[in-house]
Amino acid sequence: MTALLDVQDLVKDYRDAAGAPLRAVDGVSFTLAPGEVLGIVGESGCGKSTLGRMLMRLVEPTSGRILVDGSDLTKLGGRALKRERRQLQMVFQDPYGSLNPRHKVGTIIGEPLVIHGIPNRRERVAELLDLVGLPREAVDRYPHEFSGGQRQRIAIARALALEPKVIIADEPVSALDVSIQSQIINLITDLRARLGLSMIFISHDLSVIRHVSDRIGVMYLGRMVEIAPTAALFAAPRHPYTGALLSAIPRPPSRDGTPQRTRRIFLKGELPDPTNPPPGCVFHTRCPVAVERCREIVPRLDPIGADGQRAACLRADEMPGILDAPTRPETAVAT
Amino acid sequence: MPVTNSALLSVEALTLEVNGHRLTDEVSFEIRAGEMLALVGESGCGKSVTALSILRIHPDPPISLSGGRIVFDGRDLAALSADEMRAVRGDDIAMIFQEPMTSLNPVLTVGDQIAEALILHRGMSRRAALARAGELIELVGLPNGRRQVDRYPHQLSGGQRQRIMIAMALACEPKLLIADEPTTALDVTVQAQILALIDTLRRDAGMACLLITHDLGVVAEVCDRAAVMYAGKIVETGPVDVLLGAPRHRYTRALVDTIPAMNPPGQRLPSIAGTVPPPGSRAPGCPFVDRCDAPTSQCRTLMPPPEEQSGHIVRCWNPAQ
Repeated sequence: MTALLDVQDLVKDYRDAAGAPLRAVDGVSFTLAPGEVLGIVGESGCGKSTLGRMLMRLVEPTSGRILVDGSDLTKLGGRALKRERRQLQMVFQDPYGSLNPRHKVGTIIGEPLVIHGIPNRRERVAELLDLVGLPREAVDRYPHEFSGGQRQRIAIARALALEPKVIIADEPVSALDVSIQSQIINLITDLRARLGLSMIFISHDLSVIRHVSDRIGVMYLGRMVEIAPTAALFAAPRHPYTGALLSAIPRPPSRDGTPQRTRRIFLKGELPDPTNPPPGCVFHTRCPVAVERCREIVPRLDPIGADGQRAACLRADEMPGILDAPTRPETAVAT
Repeated sequence: MPVTNSALLSVEALTLEVNGHRLTDEVSFEIRAGEMLALVGESGCGKSVTALSILRIHPDPPISLSGGRIVFDGRDLAALSADEMRAVRGDDIAMIFQEPMTSLNPVLTVGDQIAEALILHRGMSRRAALARAGELIELVGLPNGRRQVDRYPHQLSGGQRQRIMIAMALACEPKLLIADEPTTALDVTVQAQILALIDTLRRDAGMACLLITHDLGVVAEVCDRAAVMYAGKIVETGPVDVLLGAPRHRYTRALVDTIPAMNPPGQRLPSIAGTVPPPGSRAPGCPFVDRCDAPTSQCRTLMPPPEEQSGHIVRCWNPAQ
């Protein structure tokens, strides 16, 4: 199947407050198939939100290509950009900050329809409200009259208004309580099944990402360090950073009440200064299994094993076995 | 240090009111020395205000303590004078908050902020207090404590700031640490480090800890017991493994069921319809009745009494078996 979205070698350079150059996203490439959900996971400062915003060209890429159905979004301007950008829509983390408090819900959801000159706005807005499980009376109400979960439904309805091919959701459930979070995750699952939506789902929460994604890409300091089908990533992470992330998820006890305690891989030190990234593999300063050559060689995101799993690690073929080695001094056993 | 049998902190029928409405309704729980108790629940259920009221730093007015006792080490904190209460805060009981940036003073060095409690409660000189601050900074896992004391909060990362908050809280070796969502704003690998640190401190120093969180995974990892709060009431209390593994209250069970990690990937998650009723619109009976999947006729009119089975207490007319 041809890719719906083909992202090639995307780079974003910024300058920090002192004017030092900073590469927020460094050569990220991936594809998204029709109907697929790709999760992007990583911690603060890894570049996942910048990546999401670049796909919409809310942030201008420094270099690289974003092919949507074969046409390069980075080369377009004016009307052509407006036309193609319809294919991509975004849902943000903060349902309070992303809806205009002075506009009624009907205006908010209908705005993309007005911009793109689409007729029968009232009917379409009513359909969208049905789709996301809000009452039709919501059109005449203001965002402050709704709870956080309902506001996120409004934001999703707005994103769906133009029938985009791809939804880019940046931490869409992170600001919500667990009981509301599950309602929004279910809505996303339903919409996927009903509309065949493709999605880039950006989150720091691995258990949420695992639940909704077909494949997962893991980012660290601007780079994609591993990408794999969800089951393969959880069964056998091939990058030590992925291994550390997975081991850090606090696990609820199993159904019979026995606690599931796992060997935890503690990372040493802090995230390196992004204006002065380490040479070689960017993760080597914190890696529990780094060896001498990791300081010099920049590992490529190469295929490893079956299923299209790729990892940017010189020791990927020894993973995840080496992470369990009991002699390693940098790890501690969680008790 | 082993957990002893007598309670270090005993909150007894604590009721807090705002504009005549009950924010918390006869909340009771105990923490023993060396024990870590989780207070669990959704936003708006009263967890944070309960924690603030233990130190009497809740916004008063509008929130007033209208009933109950807070017995700490044999003294009722609710009956102390303002001066007596000041002597307790930061000394015997310390607190850390969710947002380490807004909880630190941006114009003071972190060393001075840690030293403040030592100067106030221990009568140390500034010089001695700063030296101790450096040691505390190393204790919480930041290297080169002596150099770190001269830094300002904006020069630190989120994880580093939270460690500074913990160093401040630990300065006077408190008997009780109250931690309100201490890792919610942090990345998961940093969260793992901070929780391991709190766990080590309580094991080594016998410090008790009241951990307020909405993350049941965190509860399962580090706590001994948990109390589940809903709409101002404690609805279930028990050892963590029993409470999360075999919850009896319908709300606890629904909360556990709704976690993605408890469900097969890709499938619909069980969810809890509706939202927590705000103070002032809570029914006389069980506050969960409108969202419950197994309500009985009694539930709407009468709050069920606590029922105990070997340390597992539940308030439900129709508990899960």
